[in-house]
Amino acid sequence: MSPTSTTLDTTTSVLGAPVPRREGREKVTGAARYAAEQHLPRRAHAWPVPATVARGRVTAVDTAAALALPGVLGVLTPYDAPRLGPSDDPTLQLLQDLRVPHRGWYVALAIADTLEQARAAADAVRVTYEAEPHDVTLREGHPGLYTPEQANGGYPAHREQGDPDAAFAAAPVRVDVVYSVPPLHNHAMEPHAATADWDAGSGHLTVYDSCQGTTVVRSVLAGLFELPEDRITVLSEHVGGGFGSKGTPRPHVVLAVMATRHCGRPVTLALPRQHMAAVVGHRAPTLHHVRLGARPDGTLTSLTHEVTTHTSQIREFVEQAAVPARVMYAAPDNRTTHRVTALDVPTPSWMRAPGETPGMYALESAMDELADALGMDPVELRVRNDAATEPDSGRPFSSRHLVECLRDGARRFGWPGRRPPRHEGPLLIGAGVAAATYPVYIAPAGARAHARPDGSYLVEVNATDIGTGARTVLSQIAADALGVPLDSVSVAIGNSSLPAGPVAGGSTGTASWGWAVHDACSALTDRLAGHHGPLPAAGLSASADTTQSAKQKSPYARHAFGAHFAEVQADTVTGEVRVRRLLGVFAAGHILNPRTARSQLVGGMVMGLGMALTEHSALDPAFGDFAERDLAAYHVPANADVPAIEAHWIDEHDKHLNPMGSKGIGEIGIVGTAAAIGNAVCQATGRRFRELPLTPDRVLAALEGEPTTAAGAAG
Amino acid sequence: MKPFAYVRATTLEEAADAYAAHPGSRYLAGGTNLVDLMKLGIEAPGALIDISRLPMEEIGELPGGGLRVGANVRNSDLAADPRVRERYPLLSQALLSGASGQLRNVATTGGNLLQRTRCGYFQDLSKPCNKREPGSGCGAREGIHRDHAVLGHSEQCIATQPSDMAVALAALDAEVELYGGGGTTRTVAVTEFHRLPGDHPEQDTVIRPGEIITAVVLPAAAPGAVSLYRKARERTSYAFALASVAVLLDLDDGRVRRVALAFGGLAHRPWRATTAEARLTGAAPQPDTVRAAVEAELAQARPLRDNAYKVPLARNLACQAIAALAHSAGPVP
Amino acid sequence: MAHATDPPAPRPAHGGDPGPAPRTPQGTAAGQARSRVTLRVNGAPHDLDLDNRVTLLDALREHLDLTGAKKGCDHGQCGACTVLVDGRRANSCLLLTVALDGCEITTVEGLAAPDGALHPLQRSFIEHDAFQCGYCTPGQLCSAVGALREAAAGHPSHVTAAPALSASGPAVLTAEEISERLSGNLCRCGAYPAIVRAVAEAGTDTAATTTGADVIA
Repeated sequence: MSPTSTTLDTTTSVLGAPVPRREGREKVTGAARYAAEQHLPRRAHAWPVPATVARGRVTAVDTAAALALPGVLGVLTPYDAPRLGPSDDPTLQLLQDLRVPHRGWYVALAIADTLEQARAAADAVRVTYEAEPHDVTLREGHPGLYTPEQANGGYPAHREQGDPDAAFAAAPVRVDVVYSVPPLHNHAMEPHAATADWDAGSGHLTVYDSCQGTTVVRSVLAGLFELPEDRITVLSEHVGGGFGSKGTPRPHVVLAVMATRHCGRPVTLALPRQHMAAVVGHRAPTLHHVRLGARPDGTLTSLTHEVTTHTSQIREFVEQAAVPARVMYAAPDNRTTHRVTALDVPTPSWMRAPGETPGMYALESAMDELADALGMDPVELRVRNDAATEPDSGRPFSSRHLVECLRDGARRFGWPGRRPPRHEGPLLIGAGVAAATYPVYIAPAGARAHARPDGSYLVEVNATDIGTGARTVLSQIAADALGVPLDSVSVAIGNSSLPAGPVAGGSTGTASWGWAVHDACSALTDRLAGHHGPLPAAGLSASADTTQSAKQKSPYARHAFGAHFAEVQADTVTGEVRVRRLLGVFAAGHILNPRTARSQLVGGMVMGLGMALTEHSALDPAFGDFAERDLAAYHVPANADVPAIEAHWIDEHDKHLNPMGSKGIGEIGIVGTAAAIGNAVCQATGRRFRELPLTPDRVLAALEGEPTTAAGAAG
Repeated sequence: MKPFAYVRATTLEEAADAYAAHPGSRYLAGGTNLVDLMKLGIEAPGALIDISRLPMEEIGELPGGGLRVGANVRNSDLAADPRVRERYPLLSQALLSGASGQLRNVATTGGNLLQRTRCGYFQDLSKPCNKREPGSGCGAREGIHRDHAVLGHSEQCIATQPSDMAVALAALDAEVELYGGGGTTRTVAVTEFHRLPGDHPEQDTVIRPGEIITAVVLPAAAPGAVSLYRKARERTSYAFALASVAVLLDLDDGRVRRVALAFGGLAHRPWRATTAEARLTGAAPQPDTVRAAVEAELAQARPLRDNAYKVPLARNLACQAIAALAHSAGPVP
Repeated sequence: MAHATDPPAPRPAHGGDPGPAPRTPQGTAAGQARSRVTLRVNGAPHDLDLDNRVTLLDALREHLDLTGAKKGCDHGQCGACTVLVDGRRANSCLLLTVALDGCEITTVEGLAAPDGALHPLQRSFIEHDAFQCGYCTPGQLCSAVGALREAAAGHPSHVTAAPALSASGPAVLTAEEISERLSGNLCRCGAYPAIVRAVAEAGTDTAATTTGADVIA
């Protein structure tokens, strides 16, 4: 199955080998089937209807014209949609009441024989509203701001040590700055889609879902549709990306199940791209107030990072953007805090490295400003402030090789230190650096390993491969634990009937599923060692469940670290900024598959490049929705935006993680990238930009004005 | 999308007759914008009259050295044509800076001229838009309008024309050939083809109902004239212009014999900079002279709350393009 | 069927009766809104009776069970639906099938040789790990075939240097050229650097402009 695996010394080096993706052939031949591509007999199609007011109530839904169209099987509305059971996530309580909490909220669902008919029916549904005044604009001083108990991830919203204000006031060198990161959208290439098939005869529900984990989808559907979990099967063999936006069930899957139960036929619902900005989550906008106080030698004495963000009217989600400041640098007096206000906006959610991504943009930009104020090499400033223990908790790090990443990166990149920027005609060229960090999370998982009499092995774990290479790396972990050739191991994932596994999110997948796979395979190895003679026809099996081990509190602070180096050019004619080079060095434990790991790290850096230069969503104050709702308006980077990117890593041995010694790598690639690029733009242009992205309008306006680097940055 | 009838025309007459027979129909050529708009519900024709197989796919030589580009010539083929690359490099450059390889393979010359604005309010049926629904209002004027017009807009509409090709054609003084049914034809200068919005933003162009673009005529290129198209955008590729400039420069002993300057991304039509052209004609294209001329043109700009950046952007693009062309054309006295 | 503003009444979990639904087509008379279309897809002829609204992408995915071409945006803004139409790459989401009568279509399923041997670009994509989630990959591959053909035919690109713009002969595919020519195919996983390497390598193989479907056809 994997072309080069037979050439590997599988018994000793399979873990850490650059094994090609197991599903590579399926993906390049078009044979890989995604959620909307399940051709079940009599399949129908559904198309949802979004609300066109930002706040208010539905007062009537006229479905007559829609129902009169050919092929229409039904239109569900808040008046007649089936009542749902409870769920923790109010965004899934669809068509349950008349309230419209934000523009784009679904208010009806059309179901028809064909895609064209379903769409036409949705267009023909007439909804009237009682609109109320809305407010979608986040700003400092918003009267609705409050400090929540927790930010996303369960982190306390507010932490304070010492007297950061006094320490800041007393600091000889100060940086007091404000940054702004706009709303961002995940926009995985595969729109959220589900094919749901309710078999009324057997009472079984089968759902093919584009999601990051089918165990949780099954559990949520069981609650909403009041079915026992063993009567639901959720499948996700292939998923076209998620980046957090498919981490929990989203509206599409609930509506697809409603539809199949309504019409008694399999139903596919694939979200139109234009709907996605409103219904599958976004990275909330964040305003950052960062104050750094330092001694003349660069040693931080005070650090405050205060984050202001929004959430929706229906669910509190607080982007934990001040949390990385609790990990990065030792400042004895510090405060990290979050404030949030509920606006009439779509519900924000996870987007690749929530918290770290915007938080480290702000913190690492501020560190660059401090280096400027000190006249110090920003690499050296970070080395100077490396922390021996985790600043917030005082716990020792299980491993922390930030300094090594910075040094190695500087060497590989040819870091110019504080050399002046270069010019090439109208182009200004500069370089920038920023650090990265991402926590090590781990979640309980189960796995089953099975030895067959023919010498092959089957490993079952409900992992999901959203493009990470999970299927491949889990087979490596299994082959390693079993001590058998990789080709003899097959791995079954993406099916809720398999031993339960957590979502592919939070960079936890490999560690969580892999630990269970490792344990199951180790147990099977023991069983096989004790077995004499040929295997029984049914083979031998062993299972594992890591609930105990994964939930054990570690005495260590466990994080991955990294350093980004960027070279950019800014065009003084147009204000266009392009990245010329991007290089990252990461310390993320044992890299189990360099080929797929490099792809993930580079991919994260590309998304960070987009955040720095091209990606932004704006909430339209008048209409209350995101102005950028398609891929022509929301600029994810195109091929031509992306230069050759290098991702390297430190060979890190950390015994305090999991049996594989791995840290997650799905997210750290994006953390800090935008800061490195922004810092490079500052070095190139002599202007400090504090609002992302660095689009031509902003850059040109600054270039046409006076230099701003020194002014306002340092106190 | 609403159901529609489909008629494939084999002659212009047939197409015009079919149009007359199906009120509210639309001609289909490449469809890259029309199908997009039909999916959004912006266009809901009762019938599509397919003119994509009409014999309008030739790029023919005209007496005197011009070219006649059939309306069905695909954007990629027009950009790659050796004669276009040789004589009208700005046209190739403009085409190649627009859309993507696969879109250019399908989009036609005629269709490109007729593509509609990408204004987000125009594209959203749930919002007011005077272009889509006259009298409903303009959502963009007080809304999100960083991409919108700074020149020639009206109270009713601040949309921009999105075509790169049209900007180059405007600088080239190209003409549009139109077939009006019953054997009638007429010719309109590209610079007159697109309208300013005024009180009728629903009319993008001066095309009349039922008319078909049959060709675009490129006048002969002046020997020694040089040309350039330059575009600024948020993404390095596959993005509409924030602003763009098409310049055709003909120097005579270091002085401007003739200059054609057109801006894209600034207005409801390609903006031919006649004020700047008049100032530059006969002058030596020194940087200060060029800048003053371009600024005189852009003095007419009326930026909105969030798009004032387009004025210096357009100025810089024009100044740089003219300087680059002047440099390539020989020493400036 | 207009509803009053009363709060929704509880309903049985099974949904229930959608109510009487008149099924008279409106506007266009039935029959007028459908057409017979003949396509040759990956070398095989298909005679289809389709709603005029069906795009080529939906015809492939929903009617021919060829789900290789992907729907990423449905508006020509992402390239995931790219296929070859009469040998040229095109966004299948913006093409109405009814207008393609008689056309030759090649999808990602038609790239490999009839014996299953992978196309040079497919091999190269695997070798360079030029994808992650795989959703944009069929479009990237078809686009790359088309781009290599365009380059071989001497088509310039936006980054083709000014002196080369007027040159004839095959285009030289530098990394910058490949990036520009493939910019109509978005990849959110960020596999671009690997895609460029994969196309550069496969592009040196003269067989890369030929597809399995060409062999059949």
